[in-house]
Amino acid sequence: MASAAQRRIKSISYAKYGYIFILPFFIVYLFFQLWPLIYTFILAFKGNQSNGENFVGFENFNHLLFSHPYNIADTRPGVDREIRKAANAAMAIDQQHQDFVRCLKNTIVLWIGNFIPQIALSLSLAVWFTDAKLKIPGKGFFKVVMYMPNIITAASVAVLFLQLCADTNYSAATILGRSLGLLKDGEFFNMTKDIPSQVIWPPRVVVMFIQTWMWFGNTMIMLMSGIMGINPSLFEAASIDGASSGQVFRKITIPLLAPILVYTVVTSMIGGLQMFDMPYLFTTSKDGSHIKNIETIAVYIYGKFHSGSIEPSYGYSGAASVILFFITGCLGMIIFYLNRDKDEIAKKKQRKKLAKQFKAQNKQFGGLSI
Amino acid sequence: MSSMKSVYGDTAKDNYSFKIKLKSGILLAWMIILTIICLLPIYILILNATRTHGEIISMTGLGKLLVPSGHLGENIKNLSTKTSEDFSLLIGYKNSLIITVFATFLTVFFSAMTAYGIQVYEFKLKEVSYTAILLVMMVPVQVTSAGFVKFMINLKLTNSFVPLIIPAVAAPAVVYFMRSYMKSSFPLDIVEAARIDGSSELRTFLTIAIPMMKPAIAVQAIFAFIANWNNFYTPNMILIDPNKGGTTNLRTLPMMLSILQASQKTADYGMIYTCIALGIIPIIIAYIALSRFIIAGVALGGVKE
Repeated sequence: MASAAQRRIKSISYAKYGYIFILPFFIVYLFFQLWPLIYTFILAFKGNQSNGENFVGFENFNHLLFSHPYNIADTRPGVDREIRKAANAAMAIDQQHQDFVRCLKNTIVLWIGNFIPQIALSLSLAVWFTDAKLKIPGKGFFKVVMYMPNIITAASVAVLFLQLCADTNYSAATILGRSLGLLKDGEFFNMTKDIPSQVIWPPRVVVMFIQTWMWFGNTMIMLMSGIMGINPSLFEAASIDGASSGQVFRKITIPLLAPILVYTVVTSMIGGLQMFDMPYLFTTSKDGSHIKNIETIAVYIYGKFHSGSIEPSYGYSGAASVILFFITGCLGMIIFYLNRDKDEIAKKKQRKKLAKQFKAQNKQFGGLSI
Repeated sequence: MSSMKSVYGDTAKDNYSFKIKLKSGILLAWMIILTIICLLPIYILILNATRTHGEIISMTGLGKLLVPSGHLGENIKNLSTKTSEDFSLLIGYKNSLIITVFATFLTVFFSAMTAYGIQVYEFKLKEVSYTAILLVMMVPVQVTSAGFVKFMINLKLTNSFVPLIIPAVAAPAVVYFMRSYMKSSFPLDIVEAARIDGSSELRTFLTIAIPMMKPAIAVQAIFAFIANWNNFYTPNMILIDPNKGGTTNLRTLPMMLSILQASQKTADYGMIYTCIALGIIPIIIAYIALSRFIIAGVALGGVKE
């Protein structure tokens, strides 16, 4: 029975307190996140450097996404001044396109190269850790150790690995490589050497290794909690029916884990597109040297609006951000589309069909429904 | 008959348990290898922090690599006396700590408040605002940063801690986590009971809701602390002139590290390793102490990246 006081309280509207409680969040959000996002979109349509205040339409997108052919002979001295000027301008624009495509390619390569080993490792570990039949001692300890690389400052990790994998006689990677017989005497682990054509893969592999090293523990724990959420009686029934562990994995674990796997893929992809600390610190490691094969799209965006002594190119930076925004959105939507609940959709279709039939029947009987 | 059955059963059982034991053994070995891979870089880091520059560059064999030396104290002393206009370990600690403590506090307090507002009250824009929060969870930081920096330059807020601390108020992922927690373990009757007893709405939130949400707040505080402590991207972007024309040094700890890194040609390797070690050891100690909460938090989907 509601007392008089309770009834009185029910009649008071507390809606205004709801607004008051969520107000700080939305003020800060509008000011520090939504407006910067809109502003980035605006900047994408403005010019670069000294031309920063003028709207230029889709010029930035055009420069980044399409190549601008030019004749290299026209840029040499001795050619007519006007032609040379035009060719130089075209070359500069084409350089933007090449830089952007290179960074995008690096990002994709680095993401694939760290995601595949990472998901393989964490999925297998998660399955083994949650398997009640296996008797592995010290599970808690392993979990703690494997998650640990994730909490260490990425900047420290980058500096640390740069030291450990330096192209010197005394770096840990060289010493380990020599003692394992992978490197001959006089050779050293070559990662930071400033010859772009020769160092495509070593720096990439190091970055992929670091990313896997840092993230597999995190992914493993998320997948483990997903597997533990699966009804244990399913595993029990499978084991009574004599299913092998491979069959259990393919027929039970994977299908029921699908939503969490998709979540992992999407968050990892968004994280991969944001990869910054490691490539940034590697590319600025030595004076003058620039390891072009690990420069990611985040480093590109950052470099454009934060270019030190040169006037920043907000236009290119904004345009690249907008492209990144749409890539993120599309990837997310594709994956969610592929993974939508097919049973649920089939049921919905059936329901619609039934409703139609019902309507048709009603009409036959001269029902009033329209 | 009974003896036959038992013999049959025993062999099958032996065979089965042998298989399980073998598989467990192989997996255990594999996990030990992974553990070594996880710990080896950190182990080498700590060992190299005990060496002098000379010892590191004259190192050749594996035997020497894995055995500690005794110059840690010397390296720490060198680091603490090496304070130039750019580099100072202590100032790095101080700046990181200021930003991290304030940002963490703002994140958990206002996220709890927002989640409470959405969960407890009925208002027109309730579901709309929650959907808005979920949508913005997916937007990568990098996408907004060009506009963010330009906007901060226009407001003359670069080279200050304000843009590093205040945005912490709006943390969509944390709000999402807190609301999920409240849905499962915060009975709304308590709010009504408090109202009958004459408690004001703010007081109900501060003295009843916050203590009840302690577990969620603790987990999110740990994650927010780690994320802010490790953040290199935003400070490096906002603190364009970290010396402010030579009067102060605003660099955070990760930024100090990147300075040591950039000047590595002239630097002392022993000091670099010691500096990295001093930067990450506090967080490793905190991690070991709080690992149970952290692992549980990750399992709940408390972090995303």
